Amino acid sequence: MLRYIGKRLLMLIPVLLGISLVVIILIDITPGDPARMMLGTQATEEQVEQLREDLGLNDPIYVRYGRFLWNTINGDFGTSLMTKRPVADEMLLRLPYTLLLVSLSLVMSVIIGIPIGIYAATHQHTWRDSGVMFLSMICVSVPSFVFALLLIRLFGVKLQWLPLSGVESWRGWILPCVAMGLGLTALIARQMRSDLLEIIRQDYITTARAKGLSEGKVIYRHSLKNAAIPVIMVIGGVFGSSLGGSLIAEQIYSIPGMGDYIMKGLSNRDYPVIQSGILVISSMFALVILLVDVIFALVDPRIRSQYVSKKRGRMSKIAKETEEIQAV
Amino acid sequence: MQKKRKKSRLYEIWRQLRKNKLAVAALVVLVLLLLVAVFAPLLAPYPYDQLNAKLSFADASKEHLLGNDRLGRDILSRLIYGSRQSLSMGVVAVAIAATIGITIGAIAGFYGRWVDNLCMRLLDIYQAMPMFLLCVALAAILGPSLRNAIIALGVGTVPGYARIMRASILTVREKEYVEAARAIDASDANIILKHILPNAIGPLIVQITMGVGGCILAGSALSFIGLGVQPPLPEWGAMISDGRSYLREAPRLTIYPSICVMLSVLSCNLLGDGLRDALDPRLKN
Repeated sequence: MLRYIGKRLLMLIPVLLGISLVVIILIDITPGDPARMMLGTQATEEQVEQLREDLGLNDPIYVRYGRFLWNTINGDFGTSLMTKRPVADEMLLRLPYTLLLVSLSLVMSVIIGIPIGIYAATHQHTWRDSGVMFLSMICVSVPSFVFALLLIRLFGVKLQWLPLSGVESWRGWILPCVAMGLGLTALIARQMRSDLLEIIRQDYITTARAKGLSEGKVIYRHSLKNAAIPVIMVIGGVFGSSLGGSLIAEQIYSIPGMGDYIMKGLSNRDYPVIQSGILVISSMFALVILLVDVIFALVDPRIRSQYVSKKRGRMSKIAKETEEIQAV
Repeated sequence: MQKKRKKSRLYEIWRQLRKNKLAVAALVVLVLLLLVAVFAPLLAPYPYDQLNAKLSFADASKEHLLGNDRLGRDILSRLIYGSRQSLSMGVVAVAIAATIGITIGAIAGFYGRWVDNLCMRLLDIYQAMPMFLLCVALAAILGPSLRNAIIALGVGTVPGYARIMRASILTVREKEYVEAARAIDASDANIILKHILPNAIGPLIVQITMGVGGCILAGSALSFIGLGVQPPLPEWGAMISDGRSYLREAPRLTIYPSICVMLSVLSCNLLGDGLRDALDPRLKN
């Protein structure tokens, strides 16, 4: 197991190197001069040139890439061009907000989405199933910022139960989490339903039923464990998309998180912020995917066997194949 | 001879799809939306940028069926013209993404070995960035405009298509008809395009249908944060963003474009769902 985790951690390194390279190239082809933007239009050409030299913007791209990597490894994420504050300090302040927002909405959607999915699957071919699934399809199809605005209108403006924006108190967190969580809930419910239906059709479930087990035992003891695996995979992916979605939720509810920081960095061409921000968010995402895969391996004996015995038996070969298929 | 067989396959899918009433309804809605977008100048009662200060925030009336916005522009006309921008974001972005993705996936799946490995590792890097973050970053870096938003969405959503293409190619690569084509000395491009692609396209059709919905959704989000369509050109996401400041006084400014986004995305998803069932051989009665 440790070997597996270690291997996966090592595989992370080229991915993160690649991301930082992509970001550097993107910034390099960006029109607009950060030095000019910092100094404003009144600055002379010499001043701008001097600043470009000081910031190292005139160096060739591989020098800048090397420097960025070296600094990042040493924990130095640079200083923001706009606020002149170290990016690392700022991110440490902001990251908890984003992580809390994303994980709260994720927890909410798992707690609500999974039972809904089970309910729908166990009531297949009834109006309950189709009603729940149609409702969830609508939730998936509405942009989260529309939910955010509607919730503000209903609970903030009309009923005045909850604050319109800001997260000074815990009550401020409710609306952003619900707004982000609604779509995710629907997504998880749909996945849960289709996986459970897939499993229920299997032979071993028929066997379980044939030996006279109660329906509850069939579902909760025999089906759910197997159906949970793809759902866990989806939750990992959903985490990534909600990291992206937090860009918008943070804007609407004025939450001082990473999304807000990156958006400001993008509009100011504040490239140290953009570079480090995207790198940090992507590392978070990659770590969560890794965590999901580890859980996945722990839950699924077919995959675990691959790493427990060094002998590559027939079972592990099958496990590898299933892993490959599921990775797709 | 070949044409006849092709027709019957399409007909078979249609026959399966027809049983799913929701999917057929979704198809009808999508066709209607496309027609609205194409014939927008004929359908819209007013030009989308016709200002009328007197009618600022006017309620629905006989002349203006859905009322007017802050600048007195007719909301219905803006919705109708907006469908052009919103739908083209979905359709064109997916066309870009699917073309690149299918090419990469086909090459990776067909040649295998190091080519496959290289492509997959590149996709790993690609996918390690949250999709929407990548689209936002691309759109911001290219500069806000409809064209750049489409490019950002198109480039940002490539990996899904590539992976699905690769997976389905892997399942048909070893089939006898591919070997037969190879035996008569067909070129690689020929084998991929003529023999493998038509047999591996099923899952892709579903992904493309749903992808259009996804791109409409993401595109409206880009416009919402000001990185997509620029005023005065109307777009649903941008209209929602405009209406946001008047949520208290005139919620309809937000609600009407939201309904349009929802309707188009919902139709894409329902149609995609229906197609998945129609293409699934296990569900054939």
